[in-house]
Amino acid sequence: MILDYIPIFLVIIVSIIFGAVVIFSSTLFGPQRPTKIKLMPYESGKNPVGTTHERISIKYYLVTMMFIIFDIEVVYVYPWAVEFKKLFGEHGIFAFIPMLIFLVVLELGFLYLYAKGGLKWD
Amino acid sequence: MPQNNYEYFLLMPQIIIAVGIVLSVLIEITTKKSEQILPWFSIAMFFGTAFYSVFNINQNFVLFSGMIEVGGKPAIFNFIFNIGAALVVLSSIDYLKKYGTYYGEYYILIQSSVLGMMVMSGAKDILMIFMGLELMSICFYVLAGINRKKLSANEASMKYFLLGAFATGFIVYGIALLYGATGTTSIQNLVENFVTYSSNIIFVLGFVFFLIGFSFKIAAVPFHMWVPDVYQGSATTVTSLMSTTGKAAAFSVLIIVLTAVFTFNAPNVFRPYFATISALSMLFGSIVAISQTNLKRMLAYSSISHAGYMAIGLAAGNMFSVAGIIFYLAAYAFMNIGAFTIISIVEGEDDSRTDFDSFSGLNDKSPVLAATMALFMFALAGIPPLAGFFGKYYVFIAAIQSKLTWLAILGVLSSVISVYFYIRVVVVMYFREASEDFKINISPYSLIAVVIAAFFILVFGILPDTLMNVILSALP
Amino acid sequence: MNLELILFILLASVAAVSSIVMITRKNAVISAVFLVLNFFALAGLYLLLNAQFIAVVQVIVYTGAIMVLFLFVLMLLNTESEHKLFVDKRAIKFFAILISAFVFVQLAYLIFFGKPSRTLTPDEVASVNAGTIQTIGQQLYTNYIIPFEVAGFLLLAATIGALVLAKKKFE
Repeated sequence: MILDYIPIFLVIIVSIIFGAVVIFSSTLFGPQRPTKIKLMPYESGKNPVGTTHERISIKYYLVTMMFIIFDIEVVYVYPWAVEFKKLFGEHGIFAFIPMLIFLVVLELGFLYLYAKGGLKWD
Repeated sequence: MPQNNYEYFLLMPQIIIAVGIVLSVLIEITTKKSEQILPWFSIAMFFGTAFYSVFNINQNFVLFSGMIEVGGKPAIFNFIFNIGAALVVLSSIDYLKKYGTYYGEYYILIQSSVLGMMVMSGAKDILMIFMGLELMSICFYVLAGINRKKLSANEASMKYFLLGAFATGFIVYGIALLYGATGTTSIQNLVENFVTYSSNIIFVLGFVFFLIGFSFKIAAVPFHMWVPDVYQGSATTVTSLMSTTGKAAAFSVLIIVLTAVFTFNAPNVFRPYFATISALSMLFGSIVAISQTNLKRMLAYSSISHAGYMAIGLAAGNMFSVAGIIFYLAAYAFMNIGAFTIISIVEGEDDSRTDFDSFSGLNDKSPVLAATMALFMFALAGIPPLAGFFGKYYVFIAAIQSKLTWLAILGVLSSVISVYFYIRVVVVMYFREASEDFKINISPYSLIAVVIAAFFILVFGILPDTLMNVILSALP
Repeated sequence: MNLELILFILLASVAAVSSIVMITRKNAVISAVFLVLNFFALAGLYLLLNAQFIAVVQVIVYTGAIMVLFLFVLMLLNTESEHKLFVDKRAIKFFAILISAFVFVQLAYLIFFGKPSRTLTPDEVASVNAGTIQTIGQQLYTNYIIPFEVAGFLLLAATIGALVLAKKKFE
């Protein structure tokens, strides 16, 4: 049972190893001759002022919320895609129509978002 | 999956609204003048759905493998929701310009919330209740704060959202426990095995959580703290929608989940709970409302006490009390929408002119408004022969039938207290000199809404048996 | 010791350690990253229970969408004042420990001493299959078709509501 997931575990392990190798190989093989000036945050010589934990105006906040909404849409579509063959065999076209309605309603939301300029930087 | 294609026709009210939402969004996308088209489109849709529901009241079926019920009790609720929403839309047409939110989205959100209510009132599965509740609540959160430039509206939206989400948390936890105890989300199963389940502590606990969550939604004490600020801060028309149809939707769910008690005479395990919240709500709402100077806030407290009167019916738990609650909800919808519409006519810019002083001498400025406002206040106070009186009367009778005489006496007592602050509005309008000098621009559309509401209150008050017979025939 | 037990111990310890690291970090962004690790470990635990769908939802929705929202909120908020609220106020700390101790005792009681209140039929095949995506697909697109469509309208209303409330220049 659990052995079915070995490919997924392999992908995860390979991606972790790949990421680790890429990050650490540069510190391992690259030349390291640090000086005080090199380690400063800004190489222009400007001294940093204040904390890094400032409040940041987030332009893409709306995009994030939309991302969540369409992410949840994926959750609904995913079991349908897995089961589609069987559903189509049992119910014919009625396996297809509900998802069509669902997607039309949601893409209407996307069209609305686009028409109102919800994806613009303002 | 439907058993046959006929089920789609029976689901017509919901389908009309759903298709209407899709078309409204298309209108909003394609045209620049959506805010002029959408109100009329919405009103046509709401009236169509309301009358379709009423004419098909005898077509009582459970559709889509036990998911949704049409006809019967849901049809009456659909009538209340749709007529209420239509009147609110009618009163919003000119109000929105004054309020500074002349958007087409306002109407789309109202349509969506009505769809959510209709899903709730016809639910035959707990999942349906939850989906409908969320659809309704999310639209209300947005509608409460639709004017983002107003601090009070922002505050209302934020408070409503946080406390509403908190209440939803209770409801979801309750649903999880109910599912854990019964192994299914079907309400049919819950009704059939109610007596067996009542001995299971997990089931009772889950049910109580569920009821607590819905006590937030009906605004009963001690879950009322969001009500005054939200009702005062949101746009007046939005408040009239939230306080009437939203409350009706929450009560429809409570009636559905307690069907075993109402219809099959199962022992009402939750009677102490309902008796407590109703006694507290009635007295608290009526007493605190006395000291209010703002009319919207006063009506918010009165809304709390009306939730208490309706909860008497839940505590009584017999067939007649369900009919009483539904009658009360219908009457309350028209009384409250009428009163809030008049406030929205008198209201000036920036939330001004909603206190008692602005209503002083209203009779000199506009006799029609003063007369209808007096009518609504008398109806809310429960003075015969207006609809509000019979709502209370039926609920109290049901309580006495169930040997809850003390609760009925408390109800009468609190009605007597509430007469004071309702009549004060009338006194201020008729017997006091106008303290502020301003001219009221009476919007013709709002006036039509007021007249329709007044008409229904008079009809329900003079011929209460007509509506009562319809309701009783719709109940199984 | 079979493979599932080894995996369970591995994932459970990752989840426990990452949650402890999460609540002890001073920097909220680092806490959020450890929360992601915690969610991944939980997804693995769901897989061990054969709840594939919940595992997938955990990864797609929680580690994907909700965490992005968390990070955005962290950037919007002033974390200094939050620090003041939770670290400097003793009462809040006390109640937090009290409530978490209560939950811990409750869970420990249920796991070690509690009995299932309802006698479950020992139908292992059905209970194993209940969490699979196939079962959920079968139910969701046949019996639960109406809630599914309502979910579409819920998401549409949420889209419109988010735009109305959060768009900077809305006319």
